[in-house]
Amino acid sequence: MSTLTTPGPTPVRRKSKAGWNLLGLLVFATAGFPVYWMLNTAFKPAKDAIDPDPSLLPTGLTLSNFSRALDIADFWGPVGRSLIVSLAVVVIGMVVGMLAALAISRFAFRGRKIVIVGILAVQMVPLVAMIIPVFLLLNDLDQYDKLSGLIITYLTLILPFTVWTLRGFIVNIPRELEEAAMVDGCSRTGAFVRVVFPLLAPGMVATSVYGFIQAWNEYLYALMLLSQKNQTATVWLGNFTTKHGTEYAPMMAGSTMMAVPIVVLFLLVQRKMAAGLTAGAVKG
Amino acid sequence: MSADTTTPAMVPPRQAPPPPTVAEKPPRGRTAGGAGIPWLLLAPCLLILALVFGYPLVRLVTISFQKFGQSQLWGFQPAESVGFDNFTTVLADGDFWAVVVRTIVFAAGCVIFTMVAGMLIALLLQRVSGWVKTLVNIALVASWGMPIIVATTVFKWLFDADYGILNALLSKLPGVEMIGHNWFASGPQGLAVIMLLVVWGAIPFVVITLSAGLTQVPKELEEAAWLDGAGAWGVFRHVTLPILKPIIVMLTTLSVIWDMGVFPQVFVMRNGHPEAEFQLLTTYSYDRAFVVNDYAQGSAIALLTVLLLLGVVAVYMRQMLKIGEAE
Repeated sequence: MSTLTTPGPTPVRRKSKAGWNLLGLLVFATAGFPVYWMLNTAFKPAKDAIDPDPSLLPTGLTLSNFSRALDIADFWGPVGRSLIVSLAVVVIGMVVGMLAALAISRFAFRGRKIVIVGILAVQMVPLVAMIIPVFLLLNDLDQYDKLSGLIITYLTLILPFTVWTLRGFIVNIPRELEEAAMVDGCSRTGAFVRVVFPLLAPGMVATSVYGFIQAWNEYLYALMLLSQKNQTATVWLGNFTTKHGTEYAPMMAGSTMMAVPIVVLFLLVQRKMAAGLTAGAVKG
Repeated sequence: MSADTTTPAMVPPRQAPPPPTVAEKPPRGRTAGGAGIPWLLLAPCLLILALVFGYPLVRLVTISFQKFGQSQLWGFQPAESVGFDNFTTVLADGDFWAVVVRTIVFAAGCVIFTMVAGMLIALLLQRVSGWVKTLVNIALVASWGMPIIVATTVFKWLFDADYGILNALLSKLPGVEMIGHNWFASGPQGLAVIMLLVVWGAIPFVVITLSAGLTQVPKELEEAAWLDGAGAWGVFRHVTLPILKPIIVMLTTLSVIWDMGVFPQVFVMRNGHPEAEFQLLTTYSYDRAFVVNDYAQGSAIALLTVLLLLGVVAVYMRQMLKIGEAE
């Protein structure tokens, strides 16, 4: 009936859009609430945090929780160690991963498929399953409780996905560009450095930031492979309980300090990463 | 090429039979004689993976067939082989089976909720105004980027028995008195909270990937289906879903693998000592190895977990190989 009277769907659309928007806002509120509540608790006076009838809105702005969080246990030591580990992992992972990605995306060779399967298979085994033998291996190599041991272990965490995403980015650069450079007299290496590399740079930045975040966020291996005195930032937060029990407001301040830089980094690269991860996914 | 992709291309022991198939399509524009170069490029990566992944994986298998406790760890006693003893002990243990069932139910719940909610939100994002979409995206990316440990800590605070905001809000409802309610007093309820945490953390990746996929669904196809009289569900079922299938398969398999491997969420939520009711395969294996100091049994459990995942992994591999071929 209505099909006869309405020439276009616009009036109906407009009305229903408000409903969708409302639903969208509900999703926004639900998904964002934990983040909001973390910030809210971190900045409110500690006594308001244990109000039995908490106010949903900010009740004041104080930095005292942050100074308390810094007092409870050494913060900068663990952060420094996390930085060293994550940066080392990213640098090594990018160099090694780039070489491997080039091999599987630009060369056809016997065994290529098996190599791809092998590299992807690494991702498939839950990290937790490997903790026992890795612990024993580092124990044998005298690398237990050393940052270098953790760095080399994290490479397995980073490498498979680094290779796979870089492959996705490389594949999107037409071979013809390289070939043209080679026709013009570049060597193969020259063509790569002058033509492919600059085009790849944004993808590489995104991949390294993502790898950095992965290494920074890892908890189990950091907990198991390093002793208390060498603990990293995630372990620092995981153990955030004092003799007075859990002090939630400082703990949220600690969480904020850990999360904000990472979330900001993440916001910067996420668009690029989503593109890289799914490159070619629909075509298949 | 197409024949190549349709065969279940992942069974490893087929190095020998098909040498010519690869050689058939020579690298475009590449001079021959470069056979060594790709291996040279791969060498560092493969060496590292062999050392920190391959060797431990082999070790995991061997340890699970040995007696391996504290004294073997410190080298006081050599590790001796005990055959399938560890496996028979584990498999005969009623606790183990309870843990297996709990893990599967937990992971299945996580995966289903993640995928369904992710799909619904992705579809919703196509229908909302631009500013709402931006807001939702910001919230999603922020929760995606949150380190798991931070997210776990925040959820612990949200669900705190005495001062948690959730209990306070629920108590505002008429006739509900939740202040002091301990969400972690019972296993199922506590695991439901942990499931919520896992799903909350997993949805952004699914939504963003599916949204990217949805933009690739040709509008003409949807309109054609509309004109042919398909309803909203029909269009989704017969047009959108088939096109998104590769992405959905990839996301589902990845989610299964991730959700079967959930560890820090449970571990930190229960302050490093998950009670029996909270044990999943991962924490159970950890417990056996590092709390009971029976590394062999811990390894056996870890190995069984990996075997349990193999089927899922096979599906994922096939999908990824297709992508690898379709370049």
